[in-house]
Amino acid sequence: MSILDQLGAWLSAPNRWSWTDPQGVPYRTVEHLRFSVLALLVAVILAVPLALWLAHYRRGAFAANAAVNIGRAIPSFGLIILFWFLASQWEVDTTFWPLLLALVALGLPPLFGNTYAGVVSLDETTIDAARGTGYREWQIMLRLELPLAMPVILAGMRVAFLQLVATVAIGAIVNDGGGLGRYVVDGFTLGASGNGELLGGGIAVVALALLCEGLFELIIRFATPRGLALQNARKSD
Amino acid sequence: MKVPERGKVGPVTPLTALGGTPISVWVERNSDAIVQRLGEHIALTATALGIGLAASIALSVLSLRFRWSYPVILGVAGALYVIPSLGAFAVLAPFSGLSFTTAVIPLATYTLLILIRNVVTGVDQVPAEVRESAIGMGFTRSRLLWQVELPLALPVVIAGLRVAAVTTIGLVTVTSLLGYGGLGYFILRGIQTPVPQPAPIIVGIVLSVVLAVVVDLVLWLTGRALTPWTRKAR
Repeated sequence: MSILDQLGAWLSAPNRWSWTDPQGVPYRTVEHLRFSVLALLVAVILAVPLALWLAHYRRGAFAANAAVNIGRAIPSFGLIILFWFLASQWEVDTTFWPLLLALVALGLPPLFGNTYAGVVSLDETTIDAARGTGYREWQIMLRLELPLAMPVILAGMRVAFLQLVATVAIGAIVNDGGGLGRYVVDGFTLGASGNGELLGGGIAVVALALLCEGLFELIIRFATPRGLALQNARKSD
Repeated sequence: MKVPERGKVGPVTPLTALGGTPISVWVERNSDAIVQRLGEHIALTATALGIGLAASIALSVLSLRFRWSYPVILGVAGALYVIPSLGAFAVLAPFSGLSFTTAVIPLATYTLLILIRNVVTGVDQVPAEVRESAIGMGFTRSRLLWQVELPLALPVVIAGLRVAAVTTIGLVTVTSLLGYGGLGYFILRGIQTPVPQPAPIIVGIVLSVVLAVVVDLVLWLTGRALTPWTRKAR
C-alpha cells in the first residue's frame, strides 16, 4: 500500500471526524488548543504584571536577560519528560499537571523578556510628561506603558503560543492527550504500518500551527493602539 | 567456609531522593554511550547549522540583489519557522524514513529565518561611505559583498548564529523519536525502561543545556576573534 493510500485509509477511518471520539481530528484539535491557550493564559498572568512592574522601576534587567537565554537552552522535550517523571514519583495525576507546568515554564521567557524590553524601550519623555500631568505610578504602568508596549508584548505572546502549540504535540509522548501530537507519537510507535497516521497527524499539527500564526497576525493588527499603528506606518514610509 | 560478602546481601540499591540508579553510578556505567550520543548531538547540530548558514547566505545575497524578493523569502522562512518540529518529522518520516536526513531537514529550516534576517540586517547597516569608498577604489559588486559587506556584517551574523545554535541544540533532543536525538536519547530512554529512571533524564537535560552554553560561548569567542575592529573602537 502506498503512503498516500495509507493516508487515505487513515483519513476515512470511523469516527475520524468526530468531535467527541478521541479518534477524531476535531476532538484532538480542541484538546490541543485548550491546553495551549490555558498554558498561555497562566504564563501571561505570571509573567506580564511582574515584568511590567520590574521594568517600570528598572529592576532585574539581568534576570530578564538570563531568563530568556536559559529558557532558550532548556530542551522543552526534556522538561516535559522530567515533570512527568516527578509527577509519577509523587503519585499525582500525570496527564494534566506535568504537561501544563512544563508548558507554562516554556511560555514564561518570551513573555517576560518581551514585556520587559517593550517597557524599557519606551520614550522617557512620554513617561515624564504623564508624571508631570499628575499620573500616579500605577496609572503610568497600566494606562501608558502597558498599551504602548502592547505590540512588543503581543509579539512575545505569539512566540510563546507557537512554542506551546508545538510542545503540546510533544506532550503526547508521556500523556494520553497531547492533542494532534497523539497521532504522530502513535504513528512512530507503529513503525511502517503507521505511515498514514504519521503523515495525517503531521499535516494536522503543521496546519494548526500555521492557522494559529495567521490568527495571531490578525489579533496583533486589531490590538495595536490606533495612534501607535499610524506612527509605525508613518515611520516605515 | 563461605562468608557472605558485605553489600551483596539483599537488594542494596542505593536510593537517591527520586529513586533509581544514582546519577554518578549511571554516568559511570554509560560513559561510552554518553560520549557517542554527545557526538551525535554535535553532528546533527553542526550539519543543520552548516546547511542552514549556507542556504541563508545564498538567500540573503538574492534578497540584497533583488530587494523585492526579501519579503517573499522572509515570509517563507517565517512559515517554516512556525512548523512544529514534531509535525515536520512526522510529515517527512513516511518518505525519507527514520534517517539522518529526516532529522536534519527540519533542524536546518528552523535556522533560516533567524540567519537570513541577521545577514540582511548586518549588510544593510554597513555605512554608506564605506560602500562608496570601496566602489570608488574599483571594487566589483561581488568583491564588495564578500570582502567588505559580509565581513562588516559578521557581528550581527554571529549573533544570529548563536541564537540558531542554542535553539537547534534544544530541538535535536526531539529527534530521539527517530532513533537519533543525541543527548535527548537518554531523556526518552528514562521513561521507556520498565521502571522509569531519573538519572538518564537529568543527565540528558543537563548535558544538553551545558552543550548549548558551551557552543554559545565558543561562537561568541570566535566572533570576537574574527572581528577585532569591534573591540579597538572602544
